[in-house]
Amino acid sequence: MSVERIPILKMGEFLLVSIQTELDDRLAVNLQKELTARVAETGARGVLLDISGLDIVDSFLGRMISTIAEMTRIMDAETVVVGMKPAIAITLVEMGLTLPGVVTALNVEKGMELLRARTRASGEGDGIHSLSTYHTAGHQ
Amino acid sequence: MESTVSQHTILPATSESDLVTARHLARGYSKEIGLGLVDETKLVTAVSELTRNAIVHGGGGSVCFEQVERDGRQGVRVTFEDHGPGIPDVTVAMLDGGSSTKSLGLGLPGSRRLVDEFELHSEVGKGTKVMIVKWK
Ligand SMILES: Nc1ncnc2c1ncn2[C@@H]1O[C@H](COP(=O)(O)OP(=O)(O)OP(=O)(O)O)[C@@H](O)[C@H]1O
Ligand SMILES: [Mg+2]
Repeated sequence: MSVERIPILKMGEFLLVSIQTELDDRLAVNLQKELTARVAETGARGVLLDISGLDIVDSFLGRMISTIAEMTRIMDAETVVVGMKPAIAITLVEMGLTLPGVVTALNVEKGMELLRARTRASGEGDGIHSLSTYHTAGHQ
Repeated sequence: MESTVSQHTILPATSESDLVTARHLARGYSKEIGLGLVDETKLVTAVSELTRNAIVHGGGGSVCFEQVERDGRQGVRVTFEDHGPGIPDVTVAMLDGGSSTKSLGLGLPGSRRLVDEFELHSEVGKGTKVMIVKWK
């Protein structure tokens, strides 16, 4: 059994997670656990989840991504998902998997910008998302 | 309408590593017939959902990949079979949110939307068989 793990990097008040390997279910569940532990331990304000290395997102992974966003929000941190491949986005829409509450951005830079803006704005009443749609940044 | 099979692979579906192998095979078969990236991604995703169902709900089974041809058209056919508990109400299971667990219940209806052909046969106490085809 491999002991592979997804690295979690601390960048200032944010955590950066870059998934560069095929994510099997066990790895996904471990990541979810470790990430929430790290958010709690570091008091991070935001998580940038880079999924540009993922070739598919099925309902299991989609749910995991939503859960990460939900759990970090409870701990007062924002999660922004970046780098979703267009083919995955199309597939998710067709399946009807809308990733409720998940905020997305095109790439790491845009994601960082968004994360900074959102964590700065939090406490000013804009932090709550009830829409179960994609929030996309970077199309200005 | 009959289709001819030019290549096939049978894979056990019992563990999580089989799930990863099933995704790889789906990708390989897609490339073999020259599916575009979006269709390939759709097929791999459907295979992931249905293999997981066979493992989780069906207690394990098998997945058969076939490269098929019908009327000069190439396709990938994938058949998932298990001898698990079966699905008591297929109509409910095929609905969005028709999960028997606290899951999303998107696997079956979602996969159907991702492929060109979808057939589900299930008998309580006997097992479940799902067949999907993606045409080029
Ligand atoms: N191979 C199977 N054997 C027995 N029951 C099954 C099988 N496949 C699906 N089912 C039943 O049909 C229901 C719907 O399946 P579906 O894949 O849509 O949802 P799910 O697996 O519960 O959740 P999700 O796939 O969204 O994680 C399941 O909850 C289960 O009760
Ligand atoms: Mg399922």
